[in-house]
Amino acid sequence: MIEGALWRRWIFYNIPLILFVFVLLFPFYWMIVTTFRPDGELYRPWNAVNYMPFWTNNPTLEHILYLFEETRFARWMFNTMFIALVSTVISLFCGVLAGYALARLNFPYAGGLGTAIFITYLVPQTLLFIPLAEIIRNFRLGDSPWALILTYPTFLIPFCTWLMMGYFKAIPKELEECARIDGASRWKAMVYIIIPVAVPGILSSGIIAFTLSWNEFIYALVFLSSPEQKTVPVGVTSELIRGDVFFWGPLMAGALLGSIPVAIVYSFFVEHYVSGLTGSVKG
Amino acid sequence: MAEVSLHKLNKKFDTTHVVKDVDLKIRDKEFMVFVGPSGCGKTTTLRMIAGLEAITSGEIRIDDTVVNEIPPMDRDIAMVFQNYALYPHMSVAGNMAFGLKMRKFEKAEIEKRINNAASILGIEGLLQRKPRQLSGGQRQRVALGRAIVRDPKVFLFDEPLSNLDAKLRVQMRVELKKLHERLAVTSVYVTHDQVEAMTLGDRVVVMKDGWVQQVGEPLELYNTPANRFVAGFIGSPAMNFADVTLVENGGSPVAEAPGLRIGLPGELATRARAKTGRKATLGIRPEDIHIATAADAPEHCFDADVEVVEQLGSEILLDMRVGAALMVASVEPTLRVRAHDKLKLALKPGRLHLFDAETEAAI
Repeated sequence: MIEGALWRRWIFYNIPLILFVFVLLFPFYWMIVTTFRPDGELYRPWNAVNYMPFWTNNPTLEHILYLFEETRFARWMFNTMFIALVSTVISLFCGVLAGYALARLNFPYAGGLGTAIFITYLVPQTLLFIPLAEIIRNFRLGDSPWALILTYPTFLIPFCTWLMMGYFKAIPKELEECARIDGASRWKAMVYIIIPVAVPGILSSGIIAFTLSWNEFIYALVFLSSPEQKTVPVGVTSELIRGDVFFWGPLMAGALLGSIPVAIVYSFFVEHYVSGLTGSVKG
Repeated sequence: MAEVSLHKLNKKFDTTHVVKDVDLKIRDKEFMVFVGPSGCGKTTTLRMIAGLEAITSGEIRIDDTVVNEIPPMDRDIAMVFQNYALYPHMSVAGNMAFGLKMRKFEKAEIEKRINNAASILGIEGLLQRKPRQLSGGQRQRVALGRAIVRDPKVFLFDEPLSNLDAKLRVQMRVELKKLHERLAVTSVYVTHDQVEAMTLGDRVVVMKDGWVQQVGEPLELYNTPANRFVAGFIGSPAMNFADVTLVENGGSPVAEAPGLRIGLPGELATRARAKTGRKATLGIRPEDIHIATAADAPEHCFDADVEVVEQLGSEILLDMRVGAALMVASVEPTLRVRAHDKLKLALKPGRLHLFDAETEAAI
């Protein structure tokens, strides 16, 4: 909190905060308003007398109904959920084990290996999808959820590994040493002591990995082709933008419904999530 | 029954040699304290006994078993860490039960042992709490309880009191001593605090730069330090040192420095005679210096300029200049003395120490 006169607090604290919140939340507001606005209002020219961009007096569910009746939206939601969940679980499992090994086992070249894993995370997806497409074709995985479930870990595992490595390093090594003196093997010490203590870190990387795969676009666009296999981001953009015609109402409804599961997941774990990112382990 | 013996123990981290040829026998039921400045290798030695550090060369035995290659879980030891290392996601009871569960004890036995340890330590009311809900002193007790329930052959303590505030530290020190008397388990205790070492240890090992400097009972270290380092490390305020030359004066050896000329008594004189003409370090503890009276022989007296007077209530510490040397004397609290006073002081000749200037070993 900024100390001092009222005008100082407004200039340096309140006004910047309001601007920041406005910039962050306005797109969501726009999305919601557009979802419930009838087409007649949406395509009204800006200089019309009754032009009213920020509010509607005739809310409608027609866009949401359109989404479920005229497109495979429910199917896309299920696809996205399934792919995101399975690839997150795979990546978390590998990331936790790899992160633990890199942080705790002093094997030769551990540092170099850690850096190498990080570098793979830096390879842009827009480059990587070309060789991956070849692999997907060779294994005949194209146009199936497994094409994504097996390719998402290419960027999720390095990500989880690095996040978990940092988190494991922040856990005092005496905890583990004490467990080992108490009669636990290294494996038991990891399972009974280190992993339970690292739960906030595991949840954070799980949430971020889930969001990354939920929102992923380019692999989903390249590896999936039939409408019933698509994920929400690809389905909405490929089926609701036809040529140069944007179906704004259903588009925004799709975006709104697509962001709800992520928002629920976040709000559910928000406390763990914050303490995971700030890495606080209290003894 | 548990003896711990270290034989020619060495530890190197890459190129740094942190523990050098440590030979030591810790007797059954003994409370052995390792003391020394940070980086002297005491904690590394303890961690090697625990099995947390690999041994570079040498041998560690617990009773008659060589434990060099035995993992920590099979050594039957318990350790209390400096930061307590309580498992944050478990309750106090869970923390204490963990080691027993790992060793597949019966549930009833686990409960019995936890209750017993809790009543010894006075933490019965805390068993369901989580570590973060405890104060520093309570966490310390839980860490002790976790070690006690195991009923191990050897207790290892790694600076367990250094995270507590001064008052609590004194209180826990007394409790640790009582606890050891009650449980009578071989204990190895590492500290950098010489007061803890003196008060807790049956015997004390003083270490510096990886070498054992001296092993002995607390008073033995205090009264007959093996070298200048031990002399300066044990005792508070620290022993005074003055660089002197050993000379012969009418048949009796004298330690001489600018502004200081001290006749050496009895046995010390005999030993010093062999080194006549050589440089040496004279050592005298602050409590062995007093205001000179008529009873003091002139060869044990010297003049001092008082620079600072530290009034402690129970005693007065005088920081003073004696010739080229700075010395501290502990004198009666009733003495009226002010900074910049000039005093005539005397020392107890029987309490003099002399160290070789080169080897620093006691003469």
